[in-house]
Amino acid sequence: MNKREFLKGAILFFPAGGVLSALAREAAGKETPGKDGGARPETKKGYDPADHYYGMGIEVDRCIGCNRCAVACKAENDVPDEPFYFRTWVERYTITRDGNVTVENISVGPRKEATQDAREVVRTFFVPKLCNHCANPPCVQVCPVKATFTTQDGAVIVDRERCIGCRYCIQACPYGARYLHPKTKTADKCTFCYHRVVKGLQPACVEVCPTQARIFGDLKSKASRLVRFARMNKIHVLKPSLNTEPKVYYAQLDGEVR
Amino acid sequence: MRRIPEQVTRLAIVIAVVVGGTLLTRFYLIPRSLVSTDLHWAAAAQREMRKPVRFAGAAACQDCHDDVATKKAKSFHKNLACEGCHGPAARHTEDPSALKPPAPRDRKFCPVCHIYDASRPTGFPQINPVAHNPLKPCVSCHNPHDPVPPTTPKECSACHAQIERTKAVSSHALINCTTCHRAPERHKTAPKTALPSKPEAREFCGTCHGAGTTAKDAPKEAPKVDLSTHGGRNLCWECHYPHLPEGRT
Repeated sequence: MNKREFLKGAILFFPAGGVLSALAREAAGKETPGKDGGARPETKKGYDPADHYYGMGIEVDRCIGCNRCAVACKAENDVPDEPFYFRTWVERYTITRDGNVTVENISVGPRKEATQDAREVVRTFFVPKLCNHCANPPCVQVCPVKATFTTQDGAVIVDRERCIGCRYCIQACPYGARYLHPKTKTADKCTFCYHRVVKGLQPACVEVCPTQARIFGDLKSKASRLVRFARMNKIHVLKPSLNTEPKVYYAQLDGEVR
Repeated sequence: MRRIPEQVTRLAIVIAVVVGGTLLTRFYLIPRSLVSTDLHWAAAAQREMRKPVRFAGAAACQDCHDDVATKKAKSFHKNLACEGCHGPAARHTEDPSALKPPAPRDRKFCPVCHIYDASRPTGFPQINPVAHNPLKPCVSCHNPHDPVPPTTPKECSACHAQIERTKAVSSHALINCTTCHRAPERHKTAPKTALPSKPEAREFCGTCHGAGTTAKDAPKEAPKVDLSTHGGRNLCWECHYPHLPEGRT
């Protein structure tokens, strides 16, 4: 390289560095919450995530299997209409006299009649399922790019701008609560309707449940529906042996439910 | 003491510039928010908060439709959210003319909750749409905001369909519910405030199933047991399910 080439290179190099740095700053501005001059999200007045820790209660004996929750969830959260993508769904459990357990996702496709002979059935019931928003979530542990995380108020959410769609979290979730969104090609899951909760509304599934089988509340509050639910019921969680510490609590949960 | 050779000094300067440049780029020129996990999580949470709300919530409906809300608040449907039947209506609350929430009048809609299904909890009102006033829209007899049946149901199966159907295939099929249970009239209009009676003693089952029973309407083919020896201290229904007695399958 002679002196002339070096100077030409330098003339190009420094302004290019300046442009790159400016671009980086602009990109960073978008990432920095509240600093970008863009509108702050509308939340309940004086909302501080540190004051809340959300959970859900499900009273199995009240669920009538009407599937309004799964329908409402799809409408609220732009979950794809194809019948096999769910953030929340309802399962029918049928336990027969020979000890066989049949599990059927009733949110898939048109309503199906129970097919077993009434004389053979020992018990049958519906169980609503959703992301358990574990306090110790395996999906967050395995994410290689830290795109999924727990918010201060206890919701496990996915940053779809950072998710690379590797599906590792979908494999890691023991509850089958995640799916790959066919449009964005990123992992998608229940957020406890985070955008509603911060405005003081109930999650959509809780809002429409006709029998109050689902209850939403704040574990940090002294008097919330969830605290009362925990006081009045014997509660259990799904797959406690995995130490995921779910925050979706079930009352009257049958031992066969997995 | 030996002097440090000039080429080493020069090399050290070059290395210092490269290292300094790298550190400057990493910690000053690259903004923190591009590399800080906390900041990008906070940004993602805020993006999540900005998502549009579709279901306005029952409180929002009440502000204008207080007449319906008052009526519904006293009915069997008091715990139903308006948007459970009428669909997401946040746009309607912002601009009532922009979207008129649909009111389902189709005979297909009410059975979403009220069709018979064995897995539904007992006591929940369920119908068989084939037998229940076929082809008539539900709203012609039931006001969805106050769904009192036009006539008080006479059959227990209106709410206890699962028990009714189980009993229908059992050897107790021909026994009326009222043979064993007395339901106060109030149970038919306010079910939880007045519960039906249940048999209390072994002798009740013994009327038909006791050896040497003298009741004149006791069927001859009913299996007979000696109440003094059969089952010990247990009450009959602690082992047998009266709606599906296991004696015969």
